[in-house]
Amino acid sequence: MTPVVVTGLGIAAPTGLGIQDFRAATRSGKNGIDRITRFDPAGYPATLAGEVPGFVAGDLLPSRLVPQTDRMTQIALVATEWALADARVDPRNLPDFDMGVVTASASGGFEFGQRELRNLWNRGSQFVSAYQSFAWFYAVNSGQISIRHGMKGPSGVVVGDQAGGLDAIAQARRQIRKGTPLVVTGAVDASICPWGWVAQLAGGRLSTSDEPSRAYLPFDADASGHVPGEGGAILIVENAVSARERGAKIYGEIAGYGATIDPKPGSTRPPGLRRAIELALADASVTPDAVDVVFADAAGIPELDRQEAEAITAVFGARAVPVTAPKTMTGRLYSGGGPLDVASACLAMTEGLIPPTINISPNPELDLDLVVSRPRTAVVCIALVLARGHGGFNSALVVRSLN
Amino acid sequence: MSEPRFTIEDLRRILFEAAGVDENIDLLGEILDTGFEELGYESLALLETGSRIEREYDILLDDDVMISIATPRALIEIVNEQLKARA
Repeated sequence: MTPVVVTGLGIAAPTGLGIQDFRAATRSGKNGIDRITRFDPAGYPATLAGEVPGFVAGDLLPSRLVPQTDRMTQIALVATEWALADARVDPRNLPDFDMGVVTASASGGFEFGQRELRNLWNRGSQFVSAYQSFAWFYAVNSGQISIRHGMKGPSGVVVGDQAGGLDAIAQARRQIRKGTPLVVTGAVDASICPWGWVAQLAGGRLSTSDEPSRAYLPFDADASGHVPGEGGAILIVENAVSARERGAKIYGEIAGYGATIDPKPGSTRPPGLRRAIELALADASVTPDAVDVVFADAAGIPELDRQEAEAITAVFGARAVPVTAPKTMTGRLYSGGGPLDVASACLAMTEGLIPPTINISPNPELDLDLVVSRPRTAVVCIALVLARGHGGFNSALVVRSLN
Repeated sequence: MSEPRFTIEDLRRILFEAAGVDENIDLLGEILDTGFEELGYESLALLETGSRIEREYDILLDDDVMISIATPRALIEIVNEQLKARA
């Protein structure tokens, strides 16, 4: 089967906008987690988040798009522009039906939705924006990207909380294998607004620490939940043959994918993450010893961290593969998290550096070789990216260097 | 007969607030008889524009009429008729 390759990255993370800023921040182990500024969090149990700094939609997007888009869509549209530029693709020069868009979404456009619900409640239905009809919707990022760039090939959205971002990339790969030469994929979520916040609080997994360097500590004995973030990454993926024909720079191949669902709570069957890893490795025809790094899901919940560590050690052996969670710098980005880790994996392969897990002291009982504090020099040819979503979603994606 | 109360200037401002302006369009140019579609405004942009006019001028515009209005001139006429009827 023709390899499906990543040829462009558009990154919008709490640690940096664009590849260069993000890479520099990642190298230095910058912490993008801080007290929320987008609303006053004083009345809420959780007060920290990873906010994308310095993103001003009006400066980066046409005025025609600003009134009709939630922040997550604005970030996704700009990240798409950057990814296309990075891939040196001008959609105007390609047939409309040769380009698809498959993104993921965890929650839809909460900030826009909150504003319009407030208008409905306080002022009446006449004051609700006509654009509310789609601006909140899960599929809206795919739709707006598709409309803006005239991409009429197979498109859609997948929803699976944090796992969904990897599922979208896998779905993009399917569409390319079925004949679409280029697909815009990845995901951006951004719901750091009171409505989004109470929804996340209700999930019961948020850290209530108010210390940015102590709040999100996956695989640490002091783990006590996660800090949410906003942003993510948009990727350009292409058929390797046509990508090579046009002389594209190739970051790596989407070489394998596996997805499973956990058994229902109380079941005696094991969690599904291990099986997802095994499926992804088998799909890529890769043995565990060939994997150079694992980008962990890193829930930051002791029981979930233990389950993930057990899945990793069951497949690879104790401390047998470097494991990292650069999301300790950004918070968990929900659907944007997996694609950002895939982008990080691509950069790790080109740089020969594994990005670090910051702030944590690894719990020795978990038997993981965690890359902590500073990047680790390593030849990275094969990376495994893991993501789990609330409700039992497990996804694993193998990224392989073709150089 | 008083001066028309709803002018092209009002419409320009409300269009911009409601839906922004296409990068290739000069909203300040001669647009009275340019089709809304040509100006880059689809039906939803017109609905949003209509709803803002309704709120600001305290009139009612029919949604079906709004999405089928062809040009700024036609819209301005309808709004002024409504304003006159109400007066």
